[in-house]
Order: sequence, then C-alpha cells, then structure tokens
Amino acid sequence: MKLVKFTKKGIYCIPGKFYLDPWFPVDYAVISHGHADHAKWGMKHYLCHDDSKAILKHRIGSDITIESLPYNRQKVINGVQVSFFPAGHIIGSAQVRLEYKGYVVVFSGDYKVKNDLLTTPFEPIKCHEFITESTFGLPIYNWLEEEQLQQQMHDWVLNNQSKNRTSVFLGYSLGKAQRIMKLMEGLSDIYVHSAIHNINQAVNTSGISLPKTKLWTVNSNKKDIQNKIVIVPPALLGSNMIKRIPNAATAICSGWMQIRGNRRWQSVDAGFAVSDHADWNGLLTAVKATEAEKVYVTHGSQAAFSKYLNEIGIYSEEVKTEYGTDEDETVVKTKTEPVS
Amino acid sequence: MKHFSKLISDIEITNKTNDKIAALVSYFSSAIDKDKLWLIAIFTGKRPRRPVKTSLMKQWCIEISNIPEWLFLESYSTVGDLGETIALLLPKPTHKIDKSFSKWMEDIIAVRTKSDEEKMQFIKNAWSGLDTQERLIFNKLIGGSFRIGVSKKTLVNALAKYSNIEANQLMHSIIGNWNINEISFSQLLRGEHINYDNSKPYPFCLAYALEKELDELGDINDWQIEYKWDGIRGQIVKRNSEIFIWSRGEELVTTQFPELVTAVSKLEGDFVIDGEILALKENSILLFNDLQKRLNRKNITKKVLEEVPIGFYAYDLIEWNNKDVREQALSYRRDLLEQLFSAQKDNKVLSISETIKVNTWKELSPLRDNARLKDSEGLMLKQKNSPYHTGRKKGDWWKWKVDPLTIDAVLIYAQKGSGRRSAHYTDYTFAVKKDDGLVTVAKAYSGLTNEEILEVSRFVKKNAIEKFGPVRTVKPELVFEIAFEGIALSKRHKSGVALRFPRISRWRKDKPVEEIDTIESVKQLIYSPN
Repeated sequence: MKLVKFTKKGIYCIPGKFYLDPWFPVDYAVISHGHADHAKWGMKHYLCHDDSKAILKHRIGSDITIESLPYNRQKVINGVQVSFFPAGHIIGSAQVRLEYKGYVVVFSGDYKVKNDLLTTPFEPIKCHEFITESTFGLPIYNWLEEEQLQQQMHDWVLNNQSKNRTSVFLGYSLGKAQRIMKLMEGLSDIYVHSAIHNINQAVNTSGISLPKTKLWTVNSNKKDIQNKIVIVPPALLGSNMIKRIPNAATAICSGWMQIRGNRRWQSVDAGFAVSDHADWNGLLTAVKATEAEKVYVTHGSQAAFSKYLNEIGIYSEEVKTEYGTDEDETVVKTKTEPVS
Repeated sequence: MKHFSKLISDIEITNKTNDKIAALVSYFSSAIDKDKLWLIAIFTGKRPRRPVKTSLMKQWCIEISNIPEWLFLESYSTVGDLGETIALLLPKPTHKIDKSFSKWMEDIIAVRTKSDEEKMQFIKNAWSGLDTQERLIFNKLIGGSFRIGVSKKTLVNALAKYSNIEANQLMHSIIGNWNINEISFSQLLRGEHINYDNSKPYPFCLAYALEKELDELGDINDWQIEYKWDGIRGQIVKRNSEIFIWSRGEELVTTQFPELVTAVSKLEGDFVIDGEILALKENSILLFNDLQKRLNRKNITKKVLEEVPIGFYAYDLIEWNNKDVREQALSYRRDLLEQLFSAQKDNKVLSISETIKVNTWKELSPLRDNARLKDSEGLMLKQKNSPYHTGRKKGDWWKWKVDPLTIDAVLIYAQKGSGRRSAHYTDYTFAVKKDDGLVTVAKAYSGLTNEEILEVSRFVKKNAIEKFGPVRTVKPELVFEIAFEGIALSKRHKSGVALRFPRISRWRKDKPVEEIDTIESVKQLIYSPN
C-alpha cells in the first residue's frame, strides 16, 4: 500500500489528498508543530494540535483558516483517519498518525523522548511505516539527564551572580526559550526578549501555564536585570542589544553544544547541550518501538542513521526534505526571527 | 583528576581571558606541587611520549561502544577530534576512579613499556571510571596536543599574577630545561634553572599602515626604506654565549630554528637584533604556510629542516655589547647593524634587510607596486632619526603594503574544519576555467563571516555529491573573489600556478559561474609589473 509519497511540495498523503508540513503553498496542510520550517505560510487550510493553534496564528497570521484537534482524537479526511500523538518536541508538537484501510503511517515531525516537564511527553505508536527525523542521528549525541543538565546551568548562573554578572541565555523563541524558563524557574527573576514574550502569550492563550517572566526591552532599566537571567533569541548574538547588558555572561543552549568545537566557534562564554530533539539512543528507541516495517529518515544525519538502521535489520530509506533549516537544527539562526 | 577537571571546566565555560587567568591562579593556590608542575608541562608541550597507538584506542572504543567502524569515522569527522570522539562514544562510566592529576601522568608514563594487553586493561579501566569530560582530558593526556583554551601566554600571565614575577622571565623559565622530578614549583617560577638576564627581550617596535601622502612625509633622504617581508617577526638575543629567539607573540622559539642559532653563534659580541624569519629556498621566499611547518613543533626533524630552510633578514639592532641603544637614532643603529654583519658576508642564513635608495618619492611608487616580484608584500618607511619605540607609535615607522591581486573562482570542494570549525564546511577549494572544464587553483580557509560560513555550509549540505567522509564535492555554482599576495609558476600544482596567501575577499553573489577567470587570465598576473 502506498499511503504517502515524497513530492517537491512536501510529504503527500495520496488517498487523503493533503500534505504533511509542506514547504510550498497547498490546499490542505497537516502541521506537526509551530517551527518555521514545518509550519509555512500560504496554505489554504491548516490542521494542527490544539496547543499549536495560537502559535501558528501568531507566527503566520491571525486570518489563516485553521482547525485543531486534541491528542488522540480522529478526524477523517477523504477516508484517511488522521490523529495527533504527543511528540514531546515543543508545546503543541505532534506526531501525525494516518490510517487507511488498516494501514498505518506515522510522521514524527520533530520529537524528543525525554520528559522536559513542560511538553506533553512523547508516546511511541505502532505503525507500518514511520517517518523519523534524524537531527542528532549520530552516536556522539547523548544528552545528560534533565537534573544534571539543570545543575550545570544553575551552577553557571550562581557563579555569574557571585561575580556580579547577568546570565544571558540564547535560545529560540519558540520551544527552547520556554524550556530554559522551566529549567531556571525559581532560581532568579527571568527577563525575556519581546519575541519570546509574544510566543509566551500565544502559549498562555492555550491555557498552558509557563514560569513567570518579565519583558525586557531596550528601554528597561539596566539595573533591574543586574545578576538576573535574560533569555534572548540567538539572532541577537553579537548585537548591540546584548552589548548593552552590563557585565553579561552569555550561553548558547542547543544540542550542537555537545561538541567542544561548536562551543568554541561561537563567541559566547558557555554552551549547554539543551535539545528538543531525540538523541542517538532516543531515536533508536523510538524507531524500534514503532515496530515499523519501513522507516523513512528525514533531515539531519539521514545518510548515517538510515544506513545504520539497515545494518541492524530495520529496512530504511533516506528522504530529502526541506526541514531542518532553522530553529534548533542550525547552530545559529541568521534570519526569519523579528529582531528587537 | 577532579580538581584538574574542574579547572578545565572553569576555563572552558568562559571566553574572558581574565576569568581563565583567575581560574588558573586559584588552581595554583590550591593544587599540590606535582600537579602544578604537570599542568605547566602539558600546556607548554612537554608531554611524555604517547604510550598507546591511536589505532588501538580507536579499535577498543569501537569494541566497547559496539558500533560499526564507518559510524565511528562518521562521528570522528563530525567532532573533528579523536580524543573527544572517543569520550563521547563510550557508554556511561560504571565506577569512579579518583586519582590525582600527577598520579595519572605517572601511570601514563609507566604503561608505555607494558604489553598491549596491559595497556588495554589500563585504558579500558580508565574509560569506565571517568566521566565524559575527564575521559576527554585523559585521552588528550595520552596523546595528541593538549590545547584547551589556554595559550602559553595566558598560562604565563596567570603565573605572573600568582607570583608577581615578570611574565617574560616566567616564559623563559617554563620553556627552559627542567625536569619534573628535580625541581619544585617555586624553584621553577623563580627561574633557578635559568639565567633570565641572558634571555630578556625588548618589546617590539611596530608600524602603522601609511595614512598620508608620500609628499607629506618630508624629505625622502630622512627616511630609511626597506622591503616589507611576510614571515615571523623575531628578536634574536645573544648574551654571554647564550642565544634566544623570541617571536612577536613573546614566545621563545629558539628550538624551532636550530640553523639560525648556529649562524648567530658565529657573530662576535653580545647583541639583540630585530628582524624577520622567512622560509628561504634557493633565494626565493616560500609560502608562509611552509614556514608554519617550523612552528608549534617540539622536534624539528631533518626532513623539515631540508624542506623548509629558513633565513633571517635583520632590520635593527637594539642592544650592543650589553648596552640598550633603543634611544639612539635609527641611522646610528643601522651603522652598528651593518658593522656586525660585515664580518660574515656569505652567510646563507643571516642577512641584512637591504635598504632602497631613491632620490624622490615619485620613484618609490613603482617599486612598491612591483614589490611582489621580490616576494615582498610592500615597503617599510622608517624615519632615520627615530628611536626604537615600545609598541606601536604613529609617525616614525610606516608600512606601505601593495594591494592584493584578485581573481574570481568557483567553489568545488568543501571540507569541515577541525577543532572549533568542525561543525561547518569552512575549508574550501576553488577552481577557475580551463578548456571546457575546471582546474583547482587555490584553497582558502578565511575571509568569510560566521554567517556566510553557515550559508555556504547549508549549500554544501544540499548540493554535495558524497554522503560520508569529510570532503564534499559540490556543484560549481558559488563564486568568490580570491585575494592573494603573489603568484608564481609551479610544477607541483595541477593548475601550474601557486598563489601566495590566498583568502576569500568577498562572495560574488552577483556573478554567475560562467564569468569566472580562466587559467590563462590567472597566469597573466604573473610578472606583469603594474
């Protein structure tokens, strides 16, 4: 059975006549999550998870035609049963499950398997075909336990405070920023850049409660943030806005920071391997749990991960998509995010 | 190791030099003597010989982590560092080994003479008893270079802050001959094994780029004019039969240039001279890349000595028979320098930087334009009555560099960098047109901003032909302007030409690949006086 095919516009569901996270404008788009490389502008109709709805409206436009579903609720489109399951990637992120005449295909979108205490945790789903990401699909990527990671970041902030420094974290406004807020909750006042503040508000309208933050703008009093925590989008790295923070120590939060060379390449003080993607073992666990007879590997280390799956007896093909061009998947994003 | 590992963490988590120095000072204030000595030893390249082959370490890591070899290699090409790749691939530790840093070093030395079986036991046990960061440190102590965020200079500055001893003296002390078992930390710092009075250098006098019209400089006869050489600026100190060579980075590089030491030893008297170390072969100057083969090496092999012979062009004399003559006029110092060199006319290694004699400023311009024919990068203009200043001072010394040559070339291969550049395609090979195809003409590693590197990296990932390994062949599409200091015919290069110091001057997004240079147009740049 051929339920999906990979086209120039995106992943296409043949009987359902709709696309999954298409990168060109189409009539009907089922969206896994709100990151810009998955939720693009120009679709006539959007379908996403309830918690992504406000985010998509905020990012793409309030006038889009959009419908949403909770997790594990079916909607039938041209005979195809479509449902969302938690992907654990960011708030509102979903795996898309497609069932047609008893044949099941699951599109993972982006996912992480560990619980970040903020996002609905990832759930494995049995299927015939699984379309998985592979952003960190090499065995060198193994994340620390959440408590250890938190400890490292807390130690850094406390050490900065002892030197009278303000701790500035760089993280994407959707996903990473909220994750950092959660990790830092209760340690100190947290100030956020307006791009993050706006996303937080969109998330709040879905009824999700986030750690308390304060808006930080160019007009804010510098004294207020002294010794505190400030979270800004990575596009601000090296900008005057950061330079204006007196005694700042800066840190990038990204899975790429696992590698020393990546930490040193950026002109920041510290790098923490905080990722919203599955690590090597996470990917393997997730793939195995689906018991899929065919695994398509998309963006990231698709060549290596797919080759490895075949070697351990899981039939796999690599697929070229347009995903992975921003958010966590590049070390530093250079545009697409409105700055200050 | 815990203490040492903490120090490395503290150093790695900041890019502020003062924080690094503070972390080192705190380590010096609290660590045991032997650990401190080992720290100085490994940060200055005094490491023990590698006890275990890297191929064995790789093999053991593959066994333990249970991955295929190709996946190990793929991981290695992403990380760009073998010790780190292994540290990341190994499973979580099963127990905790707590040994001092110096004890680890002693064990590493001791294992060298053991059997492969015993070596394996030792390494595997260490790996399973250390966390990821400690493993990385351990792997680095075993072999490879130990370069972790601390330059020799930073180390010396931290020692200076800790001990209140002058930095240059400490540089001489730690680089001098000392044995870890025969000296205490404080003896080492006090320099009991050296005579600092013999090695003490002076701060270099530096020039600014010319920012005036030549006419504004006054009478040309008041100026000493020389070619500007692109090598390593160096100061040679000879006192009481001891010879020291300092680089501009205030590092002692004496052992890297043994033929220079021999040549200087033949000169009479005590002196300090300033000049340029150049790679010189059969009277032509080799590429700076060649000269770099002589640096950062503990041992200079015969092969390197033959491949990259060096020479020294003397610019100035700043101490003469133990008398500081920096305040004397340049013309006086030049006389002394000529006097010193007059005794040895046919020395192949040592020569005096020739002065250029012209009567008017007008005559000088073409000489600068054609400086390339001499493998020089321009001219130096020095006021004849100027003292030897400390550092950079405007007005007395000017450098007047020739504009670089440029060509437009297309990117055809890209490779990931190493170390900090390992995440991105940062090392590029460029080609120009030849007949119906392309021929590689230059490699360049610098000139793009980090953002441009990301953009090129994305293009490479999308358009690469190979999927595995470090090198990617890409569709010839991105055009760059390559700037370089000189060009010569070369039999070693497929294109038939060698470019001197090529780098990317800009990304020609406006230029289609059809409009890049041809190898003929590139060759026309050779020997064409402007």
